[in-house]
Amino acid sequence: MTPLLQVSNIAKFYGHRIGCTDVSFDLYPGEVMGIVGESGSGKSTLLNCLAGHLTPDTGAVRFDTRTDGLRDTVTMSEPERRMLSRTDWAFVHQHARDGLRMNVSAGGNVGERLMAVGARHYGDIRATATDWLGRVEISEDRIDDRPTAFSGGMQQRLQIARNLVTGPRLVFMDEPTGGLDVSVQARLLDLLRGLVREMNLSAIIVTHDLAVVRLLADRLMVMKDGHVVETGLTDQVLDDPQHGYTQLLVSSVLQV
Amino acid sequence: MTDYNFAYLDEQTKRMIRRAILKGLAIPGYQVPFASREMPMPYGWGTGGVQVSAAVLTPDDVFKVIDQGADDTTNAVSIRRFFQKTAGVAVTEATTEASVIQTRHRIPEEALREDQIIVYQVPIPEPLRFLEPSEVETRKMHSLEEYGLMHVKLYEDISQHGAIATSYAYPVKVEGRYVMDPSPIPKFDNPKLEMAGIQLFGAGREQRIYALPPYTKVVSLDFDDFPFEATKADHACDLCGADDSYLDELIVDDAGGRMFMCSDTDYCGKRRKDGHVGAQGVPYQEDAA
Repeated sequence: MTPLLQVSNIAKFYGHRIGCTDVSFDLYPGEVMGIVGESGSGKSTLLNCLAGHLTPDTGAVRFDTRTDGLRDTVTMSEPERRMLSRTDWAFVHQHARDGLRMNVSAGGNVGERLMAVGARHYGDIRATATDWLGRVEISEDRIDDRPTAFSGGMQQRLQIARNLVTGPRLVFMDEPTGGLDVSVQARLLDLLRGLVREMNLSAIIVTHDLAVVRLLADRLMVMKDGHVVETGLTDQVLDDPQHGYTQLLVSSVLQV
Repeated sequence: MTDYNFAYLDEQTKRMIRRAILKGLAIPGYQVPFASREMPMPYGWGTGGVQVSAAVLTPDDVFKVIDQGADDTTNAVSIRRFFQKTAGVAVTEATTEASVIQTRHRIPEEALREDQIIVYQVPIPEPLRFLEPSEVETRKMHSLEEYGLMHVKLYEDISQHGAIATSYAYPVKVEGRYVMDPSPIPKFDNPKLEMAGIQLFGAGREQRIYALPPYTKVVSLDFDDFPFEATKADHACDLCGADDSYLDELIVDDAGGRMFMCSDTDYCGKRRKDGHVGAQGVPYQEDAA
């Protein structure tokens, strides 16, 4: 089986400081990988390198494209990369307002990716948008409201709908539950887990919340100071942490 | 005519503007940056159009200025006087007699010929501006032909108003490539953008020039189930009776009285001269004010 994403020796430096270095892994179709670590450990830098928002200094990110098989997204042309990022990839930002157009209605936000890939039939676009709002539990009568009128949790769900509407195969998530209260987090996680299974999505989830990876991720990568310190199956890493930092991380979780 | 260089601008500046115009004509719909000069008028009054006109005028040209279709409003009168004074060119109000027409917000009703140039005053040349504030990003979208966002604007129109409510500055696609803002002309004029004359667009404050060569294919954007419509007031001109021209609505008293009249004053006047009379019109008389 070919991996969907093959990452080899990614490194990104900010001057002399390390963003992330020496990161390699394979991600297979349908697999969800979590990246955890404290603030400043290079998680977001890594994610941005993988999603094409940052250019890594060394290494390759090969993605299994629909037409040409494995292609290095670092060296492919910008139009191709941007095409990937609005068809086969999705990026869920921590702050919904980074990923949404706040002055465009919910329907327009969901429809944008469809129109970007050539949909030109208003009725069809609207029907698809309505369907997707339903799938992320936003009621149909809010379709013409702007995201500014939505709560934080609804904005985040709208962002997810907007990203998944074109049926991507790989989803990058940067702290998808950050800044939401726990009950909203729980519903969002439930929704995400359902969608990931139902659409057989592969996902890379960056978070510092171990509960999120416990629920969603099959595999886990622990980062510290730009290096990967431990990898393995989620339950294995969380239940039997080997590296000192991982042990600290696991033991730091507050028990209620 | 010794106070100014011909047509106000110095020759080096005109040369720079002509280069931008030629580049614009070579890449229809592409916004060419140019070093816009200070003009003796405020931004928003047509500084871009005036610079383009100054760069294309020759001493033999006959110049016409339109403001919202009319030849006799402040903007039109002052720009016409400006070039009378600084270039000494002949001026006219008749569309057919003019060789260079500078316009704001309208295309004349009469079809232009191959030997005519029309210069548009453009306030904001970037059709994607109100959806994407970053210039870096909009340029990238143009270069990569990523125009999905333009349809988001039309989608929003339909979802809020039940129809495409954008009625002026209606976005068009030029020769299947660049999406262009046709300046704030009513969408009624959009079909006329495919014409025999040369069309030049100047945005002074935004420092952009773009152009449409003769017979360029210009398609107004729309949805399959909400096709583009060139709309106008559903009425005939009350002065000349024309039912195919773009109309202005005029409130005539405080009791709900109103009349519709051609926005193109030259077209209306000519029709009245030819004996057409509208519902509230009076037969044409020479020298009648």
